[in-house]
Amino acid sequence: MGKQLSPDEKREALWQGRLSPKDPQGNALQFQSPEAEKAYRERVQRVKDAIEMEKLPDRVPVTIFPSMFPWAYAGMTVEEAMRDYGKCAAAFKQFVLDFEPDIHWGAAAPGPSKCYEILDYRLYSWPGHGVAPEHCYQCNEGEYMKADEYDALIQDPSGYFSHVYLPRVFGALAGLPMLPFLPGIVEIYGVAFNFIPFALPPVQETFRALFEAGAEALKWAGAIASADAELATLGFPTLLGGFTKAPFDFIGDTLRGTRGIMLDMYRRPEKLQEAMEALTPLMIKMGVASAQMTGNPLIFVPLHKGADGFISDEQFREFYWPTLKEVILGLIEGGCVPLPAAEGRYASRLEIIQDLPRGKTVWMIDLTDMAMVKETLGQNACLLGNVPSALLKVGTPEEVTEYCRKLIETAGRGGGFILANGSFFDEARPENVKAMVEAARKYGAY
Amino acid sequence: MSDRLVAAIADMREEEALGLVREMLERGVAPMAILDAAREAMAIVGQRYQEGRYFLPELLLSGEMLSQITDILKPELARLPEVKRHGKVVIGTVKGDIHDIGKNIVSFMLDVNGFDVLDLGVDVSPEAFVAAIKDSQAQVVGLSGFLTLAFDAMRETVRAIEKAGLREGVKIMIGGGQVGEEIRQYVGADAYGQDAMAAVALARGWVGAR
Ligand code: B12
Repeated sequence: MGKQLSPDEKREALWQGRLSPKDPQGNALQFQSPEAEKAYRERVQRVKDAIEMEKLPDRVPVTIFPSMFPWAYAGMTVEEAMRDYGKCAAAFKQFVLDFEPDIHWGAAAPGPSKCYEILDYRLYSWPGHGVAPEHCYQCNEGEYMKADEYDALIQDPSGYFSHVYLPRVFGALAGLPMLPFLPGIVEIYGVAFNFIPFALPPVQETFRALFEAGAEALKWAGAIASADAELATLGFPTLLGGFTKAPFDFIGDTLRGTRGIMLDMYRRPEKLQEAMEALTPLMIKMGVASAQMTGNPLIFVPLHKGADGFISDEQFREFYWPTLKEVILGLIEGGCVPLPAAEGRYASRLEIIQDLPRGKTVWMIDLTDMAMVKETLGQNACLLGNVPSALLKVGTPEEVTEYCRKLIETAGRGGGFILANGSFFDEARPENVKAMVEAARKYGAY
Repeated sequence: MSDRLVAAIADMREEEALGLVREMLERGVAPMAILDAAREAMAIVGQRYQEGRYFLPELLLSGEMLSQITDILKPELARLPEVKRHGKVVIGTVKGDIHDIGKNIVSFMLDVNGFDVLDLGVDVSPEAFVAAIKDSQAQVVGLSGFLTLAFDAMRETVRAIEKAGLREGVKIMIGGGQVGEEIRQYVGADAYGQDAMAAVALARGWVGAR
């Protein structure tokens, strides 16, 4: 056993891994040119400096964090991007080469439709499967977790997922509830009995679906990873290490649904709190483990149901923030750099969320007024975003340039800012996206 | 007692509210009077939402209470009485988009402010909007959308309404997170609304209600 690293040492180790990247065999990455190697290091360093807020980067870094834009830009439907992994990866690569952002976020957004088909995934509809080819996949919101299932979730979240939740959202996993209670296999008497379920036809069918879906996912991941790897040799880093969620959103998005969780706040507030507390260590683990696996420090935390307009400030303080804060601090403790995305507007929450250690987080800001964010949250945290999708879609390059120039002036002051879009867009005028990237070069020098 | 019911609903005391309804029925209070009290409470909820004191949980819970109360009263009422309405609004989230939280709030606020609301749900095609406008003779159309793709879907919907020869007869408002003046122009709508209160004000202005 090596010595225990401190949180800062763990984080620095991840950054150093990015600054001296390795190939899959563990050898130093072979760049395609010395210029690519130099550009790669500069880009990582620029973003690192912006996040850590200790010294000024050479200029304001810029990134594009899209939804389906790279594929729309390639003239491809979302359906094609989900079906043909090679094409999906190639289109993404071209997008990065054409727009040259300092960091990119990988080609994983479309995902493998075949895998979802094999699993008979019911939580989402996707293009070619209930949605038009050119549209993004859609979440079929519902009460996938029933109101009386809180205790089951609290007592054993993994067991609840394997035996109750997953079979509900994946039609092909109907055999899972028949699986044995694994701690029952504690000694010889438990062995034979507990292996009987594996002989049952529904269980075997479920496993067959899992094997097939796994193989498909692996094929997809290979294509996506090769795009990342090639982009790295060309000088374009990614820093995205994985994702996790605010416990409130974990329950409110895809377990109880919006209606369910909002009613639970009145009908069973203690259960809801207890469940969020039970999930908190799992949410931390989800982020820390994937950062360690990918070697990338940034853990994306999209924030949904705590935005302005959803709940009151008191409810935010009581239900949303305590466990989210714990998750953020837990990720920092585990050596990650949390990247919460304050989707929508967050004006009334700024004062509450600014209470975080300096230089350890990056916040994606969507529509909240940036001057206000810079004065509060931005004093201690790096900010990213705020170029509106609507502007990228219907504005002119001149308007985008002007917006970015002003944004850099307000948010870029003193460092701690990464220029980017504020929300995840599918469509935009390419010349507008280009204008955003160029604005960082034109106006972003420190 | 009906004051207590109004307060119980408006203050989000669900069990007490439902208990009171049953008690009032047993004591022979007219079902209509109970329903009126419930509606009065909903207007207070809408008011508090407008003042920024109530949010989504309260809108959802009060909606839930109202539908439970109507269920209790239904057997007692031969027919649910029609309320006098200012005008008709057809609303929906446009094709390709399934975000409906904001749209539902808009529907709720239009409803408690006296509009007849026909909510078409999410991922609504231009054809479905056209058919609903024809059938309902609505004066106001509300399009909700969040995704950049939805801006095109809104535009197509407005075009389809024009093509069907219905554009003259309706006012079209749009809304949803990223929607602003540029998008209104792009889409060809008559107005955009930043929030549910704006939606109510727009609809009121258009149908000439107070
Ligand atoms: C909740 C949410 C979801 C939920 C939706 C649940 C549901 N049943 O609606 C889930 C998780 C399923 C989801 C999925 C996706 N989402 Co989403 N989502 C959000 C989120 C966090 C909140 C939206 C919301 O409900 N706001 C709360 C309500 C109260 O506010 P509001 O919607 O603005 O409504 C008010 C006003 O706008 C107005 N209004 C609304 N409608 C109308 C209509 C009229 C006529 C008028 C006058 C006014 C009006 O009144 C309302 C009340 O005051 C937003 C970010 C954000 N905070 O805005 C992203 C967001 C809308 N989502 C986004 C995206 C990209 C997606 C996905 C593509 C993500 C993905 N890759 O999976 C999918 C797409 C699914 C699809 N095909 O539609 C983007 C859109 C980006 C863009 N336009 O560039 C956003 C902005 C996130 C972001 N920052 O990037 N999402």
